[in-house]
Amino acid sequence: MNSFDVPMLLSGQYHDWLVSGFALSIKLALITLVIALPLALVVAVLRLAPIAMLRAVGVVFVEAIRNVPLLAHMLFWYFGAPEVLPDSIKAWLYERDVEAASAVIALVLYTAAYMSEDIRSGIRSIPKEQMEAGRALGFSFLGTMRLVILPQALRMTVPPLISQTLNLWKNTSIAMVIGVAELMYQAQQVESASFRSFESFAFATVGYLMISLAITGAAAWYHHHYPVRSA
Amino acid sequence: MWEIIQTYWLYYLIGQYPEGPLGGLALTLVLAALALLLAFPVGILLALCRLSHYRSLRWPVTAVVYVVRGTPLLMVVFWAYFLLPSLTGQMTDQFNTMLAALVIFDGAYLSEIIRAGIQAIPKGQTESARSLGFNYLQAMRLVILPQALRNMLPSLVNQFVSTIKETSLGYIISLNEVSFVATQINTQLLTRPAEVYLLLGLTYFVLCFGLSRVAFWLERRLAAGVAHQ
Repeated sequence: MNSFDVPMLLSGQYHDWLVSGFALSIKLALITLVIALPLALVVAVLRLAPIAMLRAVGVVFVEAIRNVPLLAHMLFWYFGAPEVLPDSIKAWLYERDVEAASAVIALVLYTAAYMSEDIRSGIRSIPKEQMEAGRALGFSFLGTMRLVILPQALRMTVPPLISQTLNLWKNTSIAMVIGVAELMYQAQQVESASFRSFESFAFATVGYLMISLAITGAAAWYHHHYPVRSA
Repeated sequence: MWEIIQTYWLYYLIGQYPEGPLGGLALTLVLAALALLLAFPVGILLALCRLSHYRSLRWPVTAVVYVVRGTPLLMVVFWAYFLLPSLTGQMTDQFNTMLAALVIFDGAYLSEIIRAGIQAIPKGQTESARSLGFNYLQAMRLVILPQALRNMLPSLVNQFVSTIKETSLGYIISLNEVSFVATQINTQLLTRPAEVYLLLGLTYFVLCFGLSRVAFWLERRLAAGVAHQ
């Protein structure tokens, strides 16, 4: 085996491919996070709603999504879902970045299902007298949620949400299956173009690890500055 | 969807077996079960190292576990794909590549479950075992681990669910598991991707949801057992 080719990773065409993949991975993760968080909040509140119908919708959403691998979600949203749309919308879609859009849809749904469970257990850790007191004071269910329960619950939910963000970061790699040019995809492209497997995989591994360790560090920082208080 | 099932059910379930290699859903299950079974001793070993008093054991193993947990499984699969042939000196087929990647990945995750399980056993148990004359390993094997593993059972079933989901990544290295088979069927049919992939999702759902119910039931039973004591 030849020696480890560092310059190849620091400049030139292969470097540009890898860096653009890294940037796209980060972008995927950020866009997903921004959309998935509010969706997760809605699903968590649905699962605790006073109406059985709404609770059922929440349960079905979470269970149907969590029990199917992300890869199957990606395949469905990329290959399957556009086929059932009318031709005009399909044509419009295929002119745009349909790979990235499918990946984001799959990632958002998958991440939101997991995050909603974390938020739900955060909400459930607030004593139910708080809800009763809020209702007794004349607030509606949503009003009590927004003004009394959620501000307390979300504080407790931050650590599990950070670890879900770490999972999201690692899950972005699966988007390569449907041809999104993120870090893993570019690493494979560089590998097959240059036959430099070791270098390209090392770059990708370090890229993934850097962000993962930063996220782990954020969790440790939060744990240190806002230790868990019993309610 | 019904015609697809009628035409392809056997191929979907077992691949080309017995004429060709085993594939489809059966391969997914075999791979997941074997991966978890082999990852288990690895997990125990890593957990014991992480709880060891010797820094020379604890620090490197902690670093390895952090690295594996910070990288996507896909990355581990690629490394296995690329490194295994040069390490063993012969071509490694997709099944063994995926198996090796899963054992490393799940071993690291299991070690965290096992470590938490061991730490949840009161310290007095080790101390009394040691004062009765057992050495460290005997105390672990005969006193601590049997109790810890029992409490871990629900987490282990959940880990099996995760492993089943993880085997789907075999698709990327053309391993003949159920996601890959579904894609093959889709390529043959060409016009009905939505139904094929819906069927794929449904298959995983039935399997994983059923298993996670088992984990839930185990958890309740174990909790009831503790309440009785």
